[in-house]
Amino acid sequence: MDPQPEKVPKTSVFRRLSSELEIDTRMLAMIGALIIIWVVLTVLTDGIFFTARNLYNLAVQTSVVGIMATGMVLVIVARHIDLSVGSLMGFTGMVIAYLQVHVFTLGAAWNWPLTVVCGLALGALVGLWQGWWVAYRGVPAFVVTLGGLLIFRGGAYLVTDGRTVAPMDKTYQLLGGGINGSIGATWSWIFGGVCILLMIIGTFRNRARRKKYGFQPKARWAELVMLLIGIGLVCGFVMVMNSYYKPRTEIPRGIPIPVLILIGVVVIMTLLAKVTKFGRYVFAIGGNPEAAELSGINVARVTMYIFMVMGILCGIAAVITTARLNAGANSMGTMAELNVIAAAVIGGTSLAGGVGTIAGAILGAVIMQSLESGMVLMGVTSAMRQVVIGLVLVLAVWFDVMYNKNKR
Amino acid sequence: MNTQVPLVEMRNIHKRFGGVHAVQGVSIDLMPGEVVGVLGHNGAGKTVLMKSLSGAIPCDEGDILINGQKVDIRRPRDARHQGIETIYQTLALSDNLDAPANLFLGREIMTSYGTLDDGAMENEARKVIQRLNPNFTNIKDPVRNMSGGQRQSVAIARAIYFNAKILIMDEPTAALGPHETAMVAELIKQLKSEGIGIFLISHDLHDVFDLADRVSVIKNGKLVGTQLTSQVTKDEVLGMIILGKNPGQKEAA
Repeated sequence: MDPQPEKVPKTSVFRRLSSELEIDTRMLAMIGALIIIWVVLTVLTDGIFFTARNLYNLAVQTSVVGIMATGMVLVIVARHIDLSVGSLMGFTGMVIAYLQVHVFTLGAAWNWPLTVVCGLALGALVGLWQGWWVAYRGVPAFVVTLGGLLIFRGGAYLVTDGRTVAPMDKTYQLLGGGINGSIGATWSWIFGGVCILLMIIGTFRNRARRKKYGFQPKARWAELVMLLIGIGLVCGFVMVMNSYYKPRTEIPRGIPIPVLILIGVVVIMTLLAKVTKFGRYVFAIGGNPEAAELSGINVARVTMYIFMVMGILCGIAAVITTARLNAGANSMGTMAELNVIAAAVIGGTSLAGGVGTIAGAILGAVIMQSLESGMVLMGVTSAMRQVVIGLVLVLAVWFDVMYNKNKR
Repeated sequence: MNTQVPLVEMRNIHKRFGGVHAVQGVSIDLMPGEVVGVLGHNGAGKTVLMKSLSGAIPCDEGDILINGQKVDIRRPRDARHQGIETIYQTLALSDNLDAPANLFLGREIMTSYGTLDDGAMENEARKVIQRLNPNFTNIKDPVRNMSGGQRQSVAIARAIYFNAKILIMDEPTAALGPHETAMVAELIKQLKSEGIGIFLISHDLHDVFDLADRVSVIKNGKLVGTQLTSQVTKDEVLGMIILGKNPGQKEAA
């Protein structure tokens, strides 16, 4: 047996660090890019960018695109695309608003939970419908969802013939992260504490599992570094969110509810992608659809469910958007599909399929939103902002191409 | 041979693709612990015939019997339930997944919480792959980063891990160097001794002649004949492949 030549990578510090810490080099590069963007924007805006107020708003603004981007990762990983997410969000948002204000009794305690359930169910149904066309009728997803983009934008208008529906339920509004839509200082710290506890437990369990099978455990220092970084991030995040006060008071706002929803979605979607058969099959299909079929995977059914998941996430995004606007307007989510796809792609999801991470998509969404909000603070015109965001998208994909070339 | 019930019996198999009659009434059988070479030119129909057994391309007409029982194989899953495993020429691996994920694709080991048990799968994969290829340790890499021999090892490991009774190998050594080819030959002998029946598909006579007990030659979608390798010469088999001429009508079995 000729010995398999052990790959000797050019051991740059960067690469060694990434292999010891077990983070993708690409992920490290993205985190680096984000830090650079933040530093530059902070300097250019005389520090306004890095204020609690701005970061709070940035977090809230990221949540809508971020939530949909987690689903877009699965769609793109499976070699499809969903152009309808913005329209679908607008449509489900309008239906939610219409039900809440005009159909159900406004003010009843059951009203808003029921409308939320209806909105998510509607998103799921529409997703299933689109997925069915893709999976069982063989119409390319690009075409089905391009049709969906028109159908549901029109549908959003037709719900009320273009009239804006307002105002929404008082409790429901909290989901949008308005003045009262955050959980306050104490609960934020409790939430942060629970996160830190889970991270510590996770680290130990991971270690125990590796030991059980006699795999080489991660270097102890690497684990400690990762844990400390995690704890630092959680504490920093909670502190920033707590140092933004409600208007004309000294009451800290704490973590906004939409951001909590985003965190919940990210956790669930990451679990879905990493530890369920469904997630494994999505990646297998993206890697080699034919092999997936030959392995006995029901490719059509998995494909249909991917679009259903995407639809549910559009429903969640619609809830946050209507709650934040305190209204349903038929233009909600216009062009959101492009931001969502851009977030996923900047976050390292490969349009060739098979590669992508939920965490990357969130980073992508944060990067895009940071640029957007930073440029607003600098007084850049909206036309110029589009130019910059467009260029960043091309650059990010170019980086991706180069990265993959060098890896071979 | 003898009166034993064949492990696999394919009777009068037909497959059409539009106007192309790719397989025309081919009958073929396989005994436990036997290696049958399925030979023919590229495009002769041998792969299509075998795919009707593996479920990848269900046949239009004809019967498939496993241990004398008629079975209906419409999908790859059906074939797997019958203990039929296939190593495809393309290997059918998902390039972005690592070796354990590929090995268990469609048959994952789950934890008691209903989640993927990656640790257990890695552990099992390590054991079976180590047996095939002791120098193969980077099994957690995506298979796209692996050498041809390693990829082949993954595909073979996947086929033998689940206690296959019937193995279909489509050009198993086409992508391999001499050393790895020898390894596969060794493996085939070992599996044979365990009573597994193997269909060995190849367009190259030399690959299979020494390993096979019998050879079935297919030309233009029709079976030319089946011969015991001990009773024919390579030249005679070559004549079957090229000319479609069956040497002396001494049908085997």
